[in-house]
Amino acid sequence: MTAETGLAALWLAAALAALQVLLGVIALRRNMPQAVGAIRAVAIVQGALAAIAMGALIRAFLDTDLSVVLVAANSHSMKPWLYKFAGAWGNHEGSMLLWVTILGVAGAAVAKFEHRLAQPTLVATLAAQAAIALGFYAFLLFASNPFARLSPPPPDGAGLNPLLQDPGLAFHPPTLYAGYVGLSVAFSFAVGALVTRDVGPMFARAMRPWVLAAWIFLTLGITAGSYWAYYELGWGGWWFWDPVENASLMPWLAATALLHSVTVLATRDGLRAWTVMLAVVAFSMSMIGTFLVRSGILTSVHAFAVDPRRGSFILVLLLLYIGGALALFGARVGSVRQGKLFEPFSREGSLVANNLLLTVILGIVLIGTFYPIIAAAFDIQLSVGPPFFDSTAGPIALLLVAIMAAGPLLRWRRDEAEALIQRSFPAIAAALFAGVGVFLLGGPIGVLPLAGVALAAGLAVASVAPLAKRNLARAPLHLWGMVIAHLGIAVSLAGMAISTAYTQETLLAVGVGDPARIAGYTVRLEGVRPLVSDNWSALEGRLAVTDESGTRFVLRPQVRYFTTPVTTTNESAIATMWNGQLYTVLGALGDDGRWQLRLWWKPFVTLIWLGGAMIAIGGALSLVGHQYRLWRTKQRAEAFA
Amino acid sequence: MKALAVVTLLLAAPLAAQTALPRLAYTQLRDHDQERQARALMETLRCVVCQGQSIADSDADMAGEMRALVRQRIARGEAPEAVRSWLIARYGDYVSYAPPLRAATLPLWLAPLALLALGAWLARATFRRR
Amino acid sequence: MKRWLVWLPLCAFGIIVAVIAWGLWQPADRTVRSALVGRPLPDFVLPAIAPGKPGLASADFRQGSPRLLNVFASWCVPCVAEAPQLLTLKAAGVPIDAIAIKDTPGDVAAFLRRNGDPYARVGADAHSRVQLALGSSGVPETFVVDGKGVIRAQHVGDIRAEDVPELLQALADAK
Repeated sequence: MTAETGLAALWLAAALAALQVLLGVIALRRNMPQAVGAIRAVAIVQGALAAIAMGALIRAFLDTDLSVVLVAANSHSMKPWLYKFAGAWGNHEGSMLLWVTILGVAGAAVAKFEHRLAQPTLVATLAAQAAIALGFYAFLLFASNPFARLSPPPPDGAGLNPLLQDPGLAFHPPTLYAGYVGLSVAFSFAVGALVTRDVGPMFARAMRPWVLAAWIFLTLGITAGSYWAYYELGWGGWWFWDPVENASLMPWLAATALLHSVTVLATRDGLRAWTVMLAVVAFSMSMIGTFLVRSGILTSVHAFAVDPRRGSFILVLLLLYIGGALALFGARVGSVRQGKLFEPFSREGSLVANNLLLTVILGIVLIGTFYPIIAAAFDIQLSVGPPFFDSTAGPIALLLVAIMAAGPLLRWRRDEAEALIQRSFPAIAAALFAGVGVFLLGGPIGVLPLAGVALAAGLAVASVAPLAKRNLARAPLHLWGMVIAHLGIAVSLAGMAISTAYTQETLLAVGVGDPARIAGYTVRLEGVRPLVSDNWSALEGRLAVTDESGTRFVLRPQVRYFTTPVTTTNESAIATMWNGQLYTVLGALGDDGRWQLRLWWKPFVTLIWLGGAMIAIGGALSLVGHQYRLWRTKQRAEAFA
Repeated sequence: MKALAVVTLLLAAPLAAQTALPRLAYTQLRDHDQERQARALMETLRCVVCQGQSIADSDADMAGEMRALVRQRIARGEAPEAVRSWLIARYGDYVSYAPPLRAATLPLWLAPLALLALGAWLARATFRRR
Repeated sequence: MKRWLVWLPLCAFGIIVAVIAWGLWQPADRTVRSALVGRPLPDFVLPAIAPGKPGLASADFRQGSPRLLNVFASWCVPCVAEAPQLLTLKAAGVPIDAIAIKDTPGDVAAFLRRNGDPYARVGADAHSRVQLALGSSGVPETFVVDGKGVIRAQHVGDIRAEDVPELLQALADAK
């Protein structure tokens, strides 16, 4: 019955989405914004129904209900509980259902909590959100039904891709999707504002928290995904410029730009058309990204649950939504009054530069990702990878970091170059100190990593400068948010630069008892033993590690053999120290009875993800800070009344 | 249970090559400079049988053979770019993650500059003229 | 702001859609082909591995008439699948030489006993050196080499029954 409940909920949700669109259009046509109450109610019920459908699917996976095709094809009764639960979205249909559920829930959240947006714009926004949901409900119901039954049910399921059998599966896809799909709210806001031609500071203030929330999830999702790939793929890489990674980076770049431009619109009433454009682009990138992952057009190490047959359906949806929004933009934006103009040398000037550079990086990633398909159309086979992205997006990103450091030190409206240099003296000193220090003491280093270390130090100092000479207890929470988020970028950049420049690698074949040395550690393979678990067996190496001071600890890397489906994975064993990670992998047994061992010392690599977490925390503080201030203002107003 | 584990391990061993991979597929060159050059090159060469991985990040046999080949050639004193050209002559541009500059890739390499120029021109419109 | 500029995003999106549609409906051929087709075989000398058969060298292909060069391995499943087609080609009078990738004499002998033996010579490529030099990315692959030792065509993957006429045609063209 669970599956039927889910399917029924999905159909009902689709019907309500259609109703929501209809009500919205009628309300706008007849100019009856009072209909907003009814539309809010419909949106909330629609979101709840989508959540029920997702719950039903999770239930079917937890029960290993093999009469459901999806469960039979992707689950297995012997699988641990966590992977049955998370396995619900470790496949095409389930992940699309999760996507649509978040879309519905996001719409419901707007209906429930949004009270600042002008009513006609809110009506148009909710109608747009429902229109998007409707298309994806249709996609699920007609082309990707997750609740299809199988008769007779097989004796057991086919199992989940072993690479996905990791706690990361429970966390990474839902957060990433919450980020991707959360951007739909900004998209719908933009469409709503274009429909009612009401783009201004009020609109920006209303949109800002929604963008921020989605951006926090996106940041967390990407950070978690990067760490997961780092420890799971077994070669110590944390970013490969792979199409799927790029697909998550592009919406993040657009959302980051949007977050800053919306601030300019809210405080200085500028960048009107640009902000609307970015809101459309951010979610468009999410949809294109999802599509790239799902369609299998591009090859990727991270592409799971790929299905090219349904590609055409999604392509039509993309064409309708993105094409529609961009056409609306073209037709309407002329009537959106031009925003205020700025002095180039000012806080808003630096934010314009930030937006420009983020968008250029977005464009580079987009073109680099799609170029192989374009070339294939001309019968040319080529690959665009790390060397291209590093050498083009890298320097621009570093320039962006420099502007990031200067931005918060600049005054709004108008500032002077001399004053800026004076204010940024500590940051410049820190950058020079770090750069020269690393160059002299750290050993050979490339130009980009060296610039990265120097800029990270400068940015770190510049980031905390806005807090200097302030009473820290009274500094507003959203200021703390900005400081911590910018500091997070500096921390992450430092981790990237240092680990890239100074990673040490030891690859060798060892017999039991032989010592191997890396970065002051002595690693001795003491033995290899077989190991069994519910759905895999493994060979586990026992590595006794001794550091320079004689402290001993043990690491246990594994080679895992999965039976359903048959796959081998390397489970790395990682020791985290304050100054980096010792990353160990057990390889194959050679003819000579020696084991392959891969050892890496990755100095300060953890800073990369620590920085990612700080960026998200900064975002969260800013979100809470703004909402708190709003609540306080309201309280005061009520107290006076 | 242990016996079962061992049997499963034997059964699970994929149908693979009969000869072991050469030593240099999984071990480094003695000369640190050469190893660094080899490593940097391997990170920019695409494994021809994988789903978009460099030969430096792949467990595929073919990637292992390619790593050994790269290390041997570097050890023999060949320049990294000569090894890249040798592979491109055999597998086409596909094998290199760094698209070589030619007519077909000119738009790709010019795109960043074009985007910067377009962006700067756009941004100019939002600034007040002095 | 210029009027036409507001339509630029839509145009860019149009290009993206066109590219995606192309990728979707004309799926790119993902097989990595050798760039050596039309060029001479690289020089190699490989030791023997099959019982009673000589090893293989590039010089063996410069004897005036076209030959097939089959890259195979005893541990490769599709190689078993293409064995009958190779025997058909041999019966049609096509001389076939082979390179055994990462293989052992015992395994090769057993493979030929079980699946038939279409080969004139078999060379052992223990570490895929010649395979890499040929620009071959897997097993099985088959090259058509003309009498001067120039590679004229490459077939990637196992040879199906319907591929046989094509290969015969390529051999005729190579004369």
